[in-house]
Amino acid sequence: MTLREAAPILQADNISLRFGGVRALTEVSLSVHPGEVFSIIGPNGAGKTSFVNCVSGRYSPTSGRILFEGQDITRMRTNRRAAVGIGRTFQNLALFGHMTVLENIMVGRHHLLKRGFLAGMAYWAGGAEAEELKHREEVERIIDFLEIQHVRKAIAGQLPYGLRKRVELARAMALQPRLILLDEPMAGMNLEEKEDMARYILDLNEEWGMTVLMIEHDMGVVMDISHRVAVLDFGRCIATGTPEVVLANEHVRRAYLGEVDELAAEPVA
Amino acid sequence: MTAMTPAGDFRTSYRADMSLFATRNTRLAVLLGVALLALLPLPSLIRQYLENGGGLAQSYDDFLAVFDIGRYGLGLLIQIGFLGIAALGLNILVGFTGQISIGHAAFFGVGAFSSAWLHDHGLPVLVCIPLSGLMTTVVGIIFGLPAARLKGLYLAIATLAAQFIIEDFFARAQWFTGGVAGRGTEPPALFGFSFDREETYFYVVLVAVVLMFVAAANLMRTRDGRALIAVRDHYLSAEMMGINLAYYRTLSFGIASFYAGIGGALYAHYLQFVSVEAFNIGFSIQFLGMVIIGGLGSISGSLMGAAFMVVLPEVVQAGADAIAGGPVDQALKLGANISFLRDMVVGAVIILFLVFEPDGLAHRWRLIKAYWKLYPYSH
Repeated sequence: MTLREAAPILQADNISLRFGGVRALTEVSLSVHPGEVFSIIGPNGAGKTSFVNCVSGRYSPTSGRILFEGQDITRMRTNRRAAVGIGRTFQNLALFGHMTVLENIMVGRHHLLKRGFLAGMAYWAGGAEAEELKHREEVERIIDFLEIQHVRKAIAGQLPYGLRKRVELARAMALQPRLILLDEPMAGMNLEEKEDMARYILDLNEEWGMTVLMIEHDMGVVMDISHRVAVLDFGRCIATGTPEVVLANEHVRRAYLGEVDELAAEPVA
Repeated sequence: MTAMTPAGDFRTSYRADMSLFATRNTRLAVLLGVALLALLPLPSLIRQYLENGGGLAQSYDDFLAVFDIGRYGLGLLIQIGFLGIAALGLNILVGFTGQISIGHAAFFGVGAFSSAWLHDHGLPVLVCIPLSGLMTTVVGIIFGLPAARLKGLYLAIATLAAQFIIEDFFARAQWFTGGVAGRGTEPPALFGFSFDREETYFYVVLVAVVLMFVAAANLMRTRDGRALIAVRDHYLSAEMMGINLAYYRTLSFGIASFYAGIGGALYAHYLQFVSVEAFNIGFSIQFLGMVIIGGLGSISGSLMGAAFMVVLPEVVQAGADAIAGGPVDQALKLGANISFLRDMVVGAVIILFLVFEPDGLAHRWRLIKAYWKLYPYSH
């Protein structure tokens, strides 16, 4: 695969994260290459979300280094990472509940919009209107792509779960990230919604050119759409590689997929 | 679930979809409302003008008198105007950004004294008003800096401290406020024309109200307004969207103070006297009352809340006057206590509002509109 020859878009070197006596992550090293769909799997409490939080800036690793496109972002402020090119969705929905879907997605354009509050107040005179119109068109492309036109003006907090997940994806896409972090994008969805979501993830990877770093529990989906997979267990990275390689890994079978015979009973994708 | 638009109202451009008012009729109604308000002082002005000229037929005068709401009525509208501006500022802070302030009256006072003080230093009043807004912004940002770190009850206490510090400053800073004697000031003037009466000052306030409310509405449909709401709704994901929480919390405080300052300045030049006792904690709570009754996070609600708080005491007072000396008064031996009835009723109404209409007058207004839109097929 040519993907691996390029310089990694995200490189984590020996990331450790401790909360008092709890070791959430222990010397995790991963690298994600541009254009990949990279999945992190692991049992509950393995540190998957902690790792994503370190990348997105929610947590600051106790030790180690995170490079994004060669730039050290380990201690970079959370709100500056959007402009660097990192976007994310949350495991437990984190939409702006009282805003409309459209406004939610427009918030994603925040770092791309340049007009401040004075220009905003003057609206017609300060150039804010022209800017809003331009970005509205971009946002509408995302709305079309994710097929949420019908709820454009709905209040985000009142939408059903599956749609809210999709709006959150739209908001993250609006950031125009080069790396998009998806924390359990398919949790709590039915089969049809999962299929839709898998298609969106593949399309945003292939057509929109976003590198995907995804946490997901649905093994079928993970094995189907990921280029590479990393397995975390008790805060350690125990395996990385293509889905086939990871599935065949002895440690992974023991630590994550349970007993050997159970794995044998499952059709390997 | 989706916003209600009338049948046949199709938007064919994003510009039309992002307009300030939901429909063309809403825009017309608001413009018409402002135009009608602008006409209000005219009957009174014409009557005075003709009286001075001496040549007004009695029948014309009678006709005009029907539309003349008098200085008292105009005075109430002026009060609604400057209180509404200050309430809007508080609503941007409390309703839109989710921060709290129980020191808003102090900032209102800073605006009032600043404008009077600047005017004493030779600046024309119409320049003093925006300048005092800026001065209040500076003061607001100084006291608002802790707001970047604090939330909820802690912030409430911090702003309470601001209230008392500023109030104490008013009482001591003789050079600025005139001390306990207070500070007198003058009405605004433009090219030798003085806005010294309700009939003329009304226009100054009307222009200010329109400007400030349009600015706030514009703010809320652009980048920084959305950022404020994002900070309120989910600050963690707001940060992930590239929003600097400390900056926007402080900005919100600054904007709120600016609005309070403008409101205070308009108050100062209306009364032409500013007293140090006016800006106490009770007044601050009253601003919170306006915002809650009007509707948290609603721009038009701020004005409705101010109107409610101005008109309600008048109504209750009229009621109290009506029963004074009557059988109820005698039976209950109310006597002088009847004036307390006003405060009690105002308090009771606020409690009832919180229980039965926590979303405020703006929400009630939306329900009424929805009802009439569907009438008589609302089921």
